[in-house]
Amino acid sequence: MMGFRVLLIKELREQLRTNRLIAVAAVFVLFGIVGPLTDRYMKQLIDAIGSQRGGFSIQVPGPSLDGAGGQILKNLSQFGILCALLLGMGSVAWEKERGTAGMILAKPASRAAFLAAKLVAISLTLGVAVTLGCGFGYLYTLLLYPTVFPLAGYLAMALLMWWMLVVFAAITLLGSTLTRSAIAAAGIGVVALIVFGIAGVLPVIGDYMPSSLGAPALDLMLGRDPGGIAGPVLFNVGLVVALFGVTWLAFRRQEL
Amino acid sequence: MDAATIALVLVPVLILQVGLMLYALYDLFQEDRRVRGDSKIAWALIIAFVNLLGPLCYFFVGRDDSRGAETGGMGSTGPAAASIARILDTWPRLAQTTEAAVVTTNLTKRYGGGVVALDGLNLAVPSGSIFGFLGPNGAGKTTTLRLLTGLASATDGTGTVAGVPIGGAGGELARNIGYLDQDPRFYGWMRGRELLDMVGRLHGLSGTALRQRVGEVLEIVGLTDAASRRIGGYSGGMRQRLGIGQAIINQPRVLFLDEPVSSLDPEGRRDVLGIISRLRGTATVFMSTHILNDVERVCDRVAILNLGHLVVEGPIDELLDRYAQPVYELEPEPQQAGSIDRLAAAIRGQTWAGDVQTTPDTLRVFVSDPGVAGPAILPLVAATGVSLVRYERARPSLEDVFLRLVAESGPPIAPAVTVPAWGLDGRGRR
Repeated sequence: MMGFRVLLIKELREQLRTNRLIAVAAVFVLFGIVGPLTDRYMKQLIDAIGSQRGGFSIQVPGPSLDGAGGQILKNLSQFGILCALLLGMGSVAWEKERGTAGMILAKPASRAAFLAAKLVAISLTLGVAVTLGCGFGYLYTLLLYPTVFPLAGYLAMALLMWWMLVVFAAITLLGSTLTRSAIAAAGIGVVALIVFGIAGVLPVIGDYMPSSLGAPALDLMLGRDPGGIAGPVLFNVGLVVALFGVTWLAFRRQEL
Repeated sequence: MDAATIALVLVPVLILQVGLMLYALYDLFQEDRRVRGDSKIAWALIIAFVNLLGPLCYFFVGRDDSRGAETGGMGSTGPAAASIARILDTWPRLAQTTEAAVVTTNLTKRYGGGVVALDGLNLAVPSGSIFGFLGPNGAGKTTTLRLLTGLASATDGTGTVAGVPIGGAGGELARNIGYLDQDPRFYGWMRGRELLDMVGRLHGLSGTALRQRVGEVLEIVGLTDAASRRIGGYSGGMRQRLGIGQAIINQPRVLFLDEPVSSLDPEGRRDVLGIISRLRGTATVFMSTHILNDVERVCDRVAILNLGHLVVEGPIDELLDRYAQPVYELEPEPQQAGSIDRLAAAIRGQTWAGDVQTTPDTLRVFVSDPGVAGPAILPLVAATGVSLVRYERARPSLEDVFLRLVAESGPPIAPAVTVPAWGLDGRGRR
């Protein structure tokens, strides 16, 4: 892919200079911390409020490693998908609108390299953020709970969650390529999120949807057997490759 | 919860959340920061009150790094002629050749809905020339440039640039050309030097050769002092010069410039035209524009395009000789408004008179036969009692030729005219 290395460096530098990497990392760290915190102190907080007001009580389960893991996974995947959409939505659309795509592609740089650099840079940004978010989540669990997640399973969970975010980034990149509007690209990402959510509850194909990777990820984090996850994982790896292929086909003949 | 726990668990959360918000606000109110919607107050409210998502939305959606400062108050310095000449002397010269640098054969571009942006363009641009590609808005100039630079695909026809077929893959075309878009916008977060460095690397330069080339190009375009500034803070003129810089970093054989001066103030135009002039001999320059004074200053040859059709092509002097109607300019003494109107009416009634243009200061009289008109004008002036300050036969301008040919070619015409080889079109015009 002609020019890939140069363009990847440019994309990574852009993530840094525009503060996107910092913003995404800060959000992930925040939610990595908030996950175990919420689980550890929510019951205490509710009980304290109930006793002060007198009379009302809400049944909240007590702190547990399962609860902390669930909170980490839920927080990071929800905000992670949002960040993936934000990272991908303007990546191609804005470059087409501003004319910078034309400036770059009139140079010895292939369109495949242009797109691949963007997808890899977004994936790396999400990777750094997931690492930090999960890292702080693990650290806070270590501080707040008597036991801690098995490290290998926790790392596998982080890897699965990262790849799920990469799938959504790839979808949004496709949307950003198909349209000249970043908002429309984000819309395509949101529609995909809804479609995957609905497809996720269907029998047979449900386990293969990216949003369904959360359940085996939680099992892995808690040291439980996730069942057969090779198929869903391979499917989602293939999905990113296929999405990139479609994105390239759409972009290959586009007039800039 | 005891105090230690609060410190441990809540302070980091607070620091992260408030810190991100404050950092976003700090970034927002930087002097050269531009935002979508142009309302910093609105973005400040979003950052401050939309919990956590506010700063995120600002960093991803709010910042507009594509626009620079509107004024040239960044201490831009124009290119210094002596050092530029010294640099360009070391650049490879174009080989003397009779081969055309740009050739198109029946090049056609149609869009959906039956819109024909370019219809059967046949063009041969001599190597080493500075070629002006003229036409009114919507004539097909930008479409042609996009086809020739590989950014769009032709519906029909073929073309070569520097001997390389257009529309091919592999980057061979890109290695031989430079291209500057009509309204160049770059990455506002980048520094000028970094942009040139990146483009140089895409062209395969590295190490000392890259550093030297970037330095030379910065000198040529007069941005050495501004090389370490963010492009987002550049004025329009500086951006345009940077655009030329990125287009010439590979010492291209053919340089395509789309309206390179149309958005610039006089000083910026002078600088950019100076750079283009100095590139003579190192590259064939193919420049689209509708600012005809500038074309006359720098171009050797021009082509006029209208409604997707080539109207005429040739050296400027020959086009002027062939198509410019002789014109007489009369400058009356002040305070003669009524007499001037009578004079204009009298001239319009003559068989040799073409268009008569009146301004508060002058009359421009286009004539079909100067041999008849020359001796006849002054008697008409005397008969209408007009006193003149000045009377002369003026040199017709390219603008006169352009306006006349474009007006005449309103509906499609064929075949196109190339001067001097082909003579005239089939409609009996000169």
